[in-house]
Amino acid sequence: MKNYRKILIGFFLVTLTIPISAIADDLIMRRVSMSFPEAMSTLQSAIAKEGFKVTRVQRVDVGLTASGYKTAEYRIVFFMNEKTVHDIVKRQPELIPFLPLKITIFAEGDETILVTLNPAKLNEFFPEIKMNKEFSEWEAAVNRILDKVQSE
Amino acid sequence: MFRIIISAFFIMLSSVSYAADDGQRLYVKNCAACHGYDGNGGVGVPLSLPDFLATASNDYFFKTIRKGRPGRVMPAFKNLSDDEVDSIIHFIRTWSDNLPPNYSTQPVRGNAKNGEKLFQTQCASCHGKSGKGGEGTGVTMSRPRSQPILAPALNNTGFLASAPDEMIKRTLIKGRKGTPMVSFLDKGLSEKDIDDIVAYVRSFETQTTVSTNSKKDEPAVIIKESPYSLDETVDSLKNAVVSMNFRLIRVQNLDAGLTEKGKEDKKQVIVYSCNFNILDRALKIDPRVGLFLPCRITVVQHDGKVLVMFANPLRMSELFNNSELDNMCAELKSVYEEMIDEALL
Repeated sequence: MKNYRKILIGFFLVTLTIPISAIADDLIMRRVSMSFPEAMSTLQSAIAKEGFKVTRVQRVDVGLTASGYKTAEYRIVFFMNEKTVHDIVKRQPELIPFLPLKITIFAEGDETILVTLNPAKLNEFFPEIKMNKEFSEWEAAVNRILDKVQSE
Repeated sequence: MFRIIISAFFIMLSSVSYAADDGQRLYVKNCAACHGYDGNGGVGVPLSLPDFLATASNDYFFKTIRKGRPGRVMPAFKNLSDDEVDSIIHFIRTWSDNLPPNYSTQPVRGNAKNGEKLFQTQCASCHGKSGKGGEGTGVTMSRPRSQPILAPALNNTGFLASAPDEMIKRTLIKGRKGTPMVSFLDKGLSEKDIDDIVAYVRSFETQTTVSTNSKKDEPAVIIKESPYSLDETVDSLKNAVVSMNFRLIRVQNLDAGLTEKGKEDKKQVIVYSCNFNILDRALKIDPRVGLFLPCRITVVQHDGKVLVMFANPLRMSELFNNSELDNMCAELKSVYEEMIDEALL
């Protein structure tokens, strides 16, 4: 019985180390079953709820159409918060080209697709910068934003 | 204590089993963004076509999920467990009542030389002379498409490792309704001719060269020092952008929109621009390129130096697993470098 207990406890501890689901994509993508305007509005509200400020929406589709190219709705939403930007400018100016964070959103028929760079990828892009904690927090925040849009 | 461990163990076992059975959840999380909730395709190919499901074996799906299609958008999902991959396949199977086929791993014997001749006359118009497949990404995306599906890349190492000869043969014999792929038996080829084509397609394994140029050697950011003041550099950059046939979209401070208007930090200036022709081409190759948009060069005053910097599109291209996009990213990197060189002359 004692051996049986030891085996079971050992197996339990090994089981603890098995990842049930680990997703670490370079790009974070979501498809949402809502029209583009609805998804766009939900996205901006989800960004605000995470404590970020939308700094600008780039209307790529408008520029393309005005230049004679055919496209469906296609926008880029820039967001960040002031303190983070000012902090990074002082500490790690090489990160500036990746700021503010952005989410690309485009229509696909009656549905909408959202895609963004996984901020955790910045660890790989900048191995010399020790900002794993911040990048992981951004990754978690971006996932929460997109999950929120998807679950609405 | 022992009772607690026993209880926790059984709870964990049930959660692992739940994960294995939860194919729909895993599909939605990992696949639906590209292939659609109901498998109708989008950025990725349609998976729910009855003829496709009747031809594709579970082993084909398993290997495809594991190996992906190098350079053709579909990534290799190495972070999913075998149980999770099986669960996804199980969910995909719910779209059809047909039992999945099982194929022999034995090669189909055929004359590859004759197969090459037949391939060039019968297959190359869709799959390309070298089997590289149709150009662009996906089917519906955000723009109208003339074809319901893009011809797969038959010379792709992921495809060749996933599709056994018998599956390729069956596809050639049956065709796929709802796509331009017709039955080549109906089209007049003999079974021997089809075997020859299969032998030729299999020969791509020896012809396919994998690029060894790692994008990981590329810096994520390219930074050049300007000999001019920040304002002079920005002015010069604006002229360079226009001279390269890009439209100047806007010039703004990094913290614009975050800081109270008029109190922005003037030491970080972003010059946004766009060439709509290049943009249109890029979107046809991959709709996810918004990550690069709009084209952007940043001028920063830091520690008494004026630095001109941009995110390196070539390094960024590794995110997309799209070899067509790699070429455009290399082109864009050169354009940025030319703009900066001209501005800093």
